[in-house]
Amino acid sequence: MSDTGASVLRARGLRKEYGQGEGLVRAVDEVDLDVASGETVAVMGPSGCGKSTLLHLLGGLDRPTGGELWLAGQRLDQMGERALARLRRGAVGFVFQAFHLMDELTAVENVELPALLAGQPARAARRRASALLDRVGLADRAAFLPSALSGGQRQRVAIARALVSEPAVVLADEPTGNLDSQATVEVLRLFEDLHEAGQTLIIVTHDSRIAATADRLISMRDGAFIDETRLTGGSTGNLGSLAGLT
Amino acid sequence: MGRIRLTGRLVRRDLRRRPGPALLLVLAITAATATLTLGLVLRGVTNQPYQQTRAATNGPDVVAQIAGSGPVRTGPPRGRHLSRHGPPASAPVAHAQIAAEARALTHAPGVSRYSGPFPVASAVVRARGLTADVEAEGRSLTPASVDQPKVTEGTWVSSGGIVLERTFAEALGVGVGDRVRLNGRPFRVAGIAVTAADLPYPNLCYYPGGSCMFDLPGPFASRNVGFAWVTEADARALASAQAPPSYVLDLKLKDPAAAPAFASAHGNRPTPTSPILIPWQAIQSSSGLLVQDEQSVISPGAWLAGLLAIASVAVLAGGRMAERTRRVGLLKAIGGTPETVAVVLLAENLVLALVAAAAGLAIGWLAGPLVASPGAALVGTPGAPAVTLPIVGLVVAMAVVVALASTLAPAIRAARTSTVSALATVSYHAGARSPRRRPRLIALSARLPVPLLLGLRLVARRPRRALLSTASVAVTATGIVAVLAFHATVRLKTVGLANGLNDPVVDRDEQMLLILTVVLVALTVLNAICAAWATVLDARHASALARALGASPQQVTAGIAAAQVLPAVPGALLGIPLGIGLFAVAAQGVGVVVPPVSWLAAAVLGTLAAVAVLAAIPARIGARRPVSPILQAETA
Repeated sequence: MSDTGASVLRARGLRKEYGQGEGLVRAVDEVDLDVASGETVAVMGPSGCGKSTLLHLLGGLDRPTGGELWLAGQRLDQMGERALARLRRGAVGFVFQAFHLMDELTAVENVELPALLAGQPARAARRRASALLDRVGLADRAAFLPSALSGGQRQRVAIARALVSEPAVVLADEPTGNLDSQATVEVLRLFEDLHEAGQTLIIVTHDSRIAATADRLISMRDGAFIDETRLTGGSTGNLGSLAGLT
Repeated sequence: MGRIRLTGRLVRRDLRRRPGPALLLVLAITAATATLTLGLVLRGVTNQPYQQTRAATNGPDVVAQIAGSGPVRTGPPRGRHLSRHGPPASAPVAHAQIAAEARALTHAPGVSRYSGPFPVASAVVRARGLTADVEAEGRSLTPASVDQPKVTEGTWVSSGGIVLERTFAEALGVGVGDRVRLNGRPFRVAGIAVTAADLPYPNLCYYPGGSCMFDLPGPFASRNVGFAWVTEADARALASAQAPPSYVLDLKLKDPAAAPAFASAHGNRPTPTSPILIPWQAIQSSSGLLVQDEQSVISPGAWLAGLLAIASVAVLAGGRMAERTRRVGLLKAIGGTPETVAVVLLAENLVLALVAAAAGLAIGWLAGPLVASPGAALVGTPGAPAVTLPIVGLVVAMAVVVALASTLAPAIRAARTSTVSALATVSYHAGARSPRRRPRLIALSARLPVPLLLGLRLVARRPRRALLSTASVAVTATGIVAVLAFHATVRLKTVGLANGLNDPVVDRDEQMLLILTVVLVALTVLNAICAAWATVLDARHASALARALGASPQQVTAGIAAAQVLPAVPGALLGIPLGIGLFAVAAQGVGVVVPPVSWLAAAVLGTLAAVAVLAAIPARIGARRPVSPILQAETA
């Protein structure tokens, strides 16, 4: 435990290395980061620069080689697997580029899954999942399998799933990477709503239009932060028009 | 020619690339084919020891039993323990009539020599606190020209000195120099001997009665009766007015092969004094009962092992096929036809099946002599088991059928897979089929603790694999319950009958059942690990996602283990009636005793615990893999 101030998430000297000797690769190289509650942070950079690895480190899916990491007031880098799992259950929601929905589960079953894993009663989990599907505009698609949904709809289901445990931070890894323009708009609007509702968001993206909607834009190259820009777009509440998509 | 060469090259490369699963597949089929080979090669291996014993004892071609009024040695039972014999000779027979019957036989055409008639007294022997029935045959001190038992230890009979048949002596646990009592009279064990004129303990049967071992009520109950030789004077002294001696006549024929015809022509008439004639061929056949008994245990066991091998190979083949989906796509992309793909996949498993068949034949042939000992009743050693062309054909056919039955469907499915989707398939997610959706199971699982939730959903995803696991565990449980039924039946039926004597047949059966149980358990272990590993591979993505969404590695491990245990439950329960039924069929009409509930409960719980532990090993390895690379792989 440490004093993290108002930060929901804090990293100091965060490193992730693969290989050794001449084959050593620093996927994340001495990253310092503070994310305030309710803030939306976009991380941009070329493919292979370490964005996704950073996101997985921040969410406790991967373990850092060095550095310190706090999430919701708890130090992650020294946690055991069980404690990390517990933390992910309550404090982190993931949105992946490939959606990662269970093919054999319906939309509502996918959304309620984290709540069930957290030990919530089945009825309560179902109520919460249905409400979230309603919130993302998919109440009428609750009983559909992912294969019967469009890409944008799948990603909205994934976002609903990320929110089911009321996480301290939502980590989105290229959330529009597999979507067409129309679906991208749908997702952007959803993130806008989340932002307005005070949800902390960290979005890794290639798409500058999405990055432009954030409170803060961090550029990354070769595992390190090379630039950081504070934007105003994220607080205007008009993400779609800023991104030029409407 | 080019296509054959290409197929051969692809098969060779593939086997080199993935030697582990190939080795497991060979092991599974080898276990089944070795068991089958063992069952087949045991046929007839005891004929040689019987002939050696016959030569060493100048054994008779026909044994004639002439009843007194007491028990009479009978013919060989047709199905050990279980045969029913003819009516007893109940009326006293005058000595003159006995002499007349003996004279008629010794002067019958075709008889070249004879010895006897020798008096046989029924007695009760007590030794080392054990009590058993014995037939004591009275012999002169000088060797008989026909049927002179071969003394393997000690000396021949003397006044007050008894010679025990070797299997009976072993069952009693006495040796040369020990003291025994017959009908209360003390005797010293002068020697141990074998004979080719009689059936070894415990196959001797008595009139009146029915089976040799079981279910015989009343004062004349047939029991496990031993055999011994004493002097003629001692034999007569052991008889009484209530139990007068019967008589045995040993005949040599000019044509030994004609013994069955001689027996039919001169014996078994429907008169009280008609002798019972037993040709040597019948005794030889019954002397091999010990090994025949082994066969009756091993043969159904071999088929059980075959079924288990099919289950193992199906899981392995499915897993191997899933791993190679991308290779299938590549093969098609560079011009391979669907037939080429199917042929390559089938050829690979057929090659492995043939290797396993060869290994199974070799192991069965080498193990044959170890279990083909005819027991203490005979001298000499069994010949090398003959691996004949029909045996080779049957074993190879079994291996090929196992391989084909389990790989044909995946091979055809792979051949039909679209090239694009096969190439797009990521290695960890290469299940040849999409996961199944089972709404009721999914709804039910939502109400369960996390490990059971994950386990039930994994079962629902792959119902075919779950069915194979159920079948596999059912086969093993069937074997185990059959063994328990055997023990329960033997324990109950022999209490108060065998009087604590070791039964060599039961002992041998137990050895065979132990071997069989080890084979079945080994195959089940293999199967459980393979099924768990296939589940781990298949569920890598689902498990990684569950962990990303908050499940701990321990919960995922328990979930994968639960996915193995859940289908094992019906399998283990199904094994109870199947095992009892199997034993009832194998025991050919013996009243089967259902094992105590505590035994059955231990068998079921033990099987399930073993499955859980075995599944937990690959599950634990799988659940501890880093989540990040798995989730990123699909994005890449």
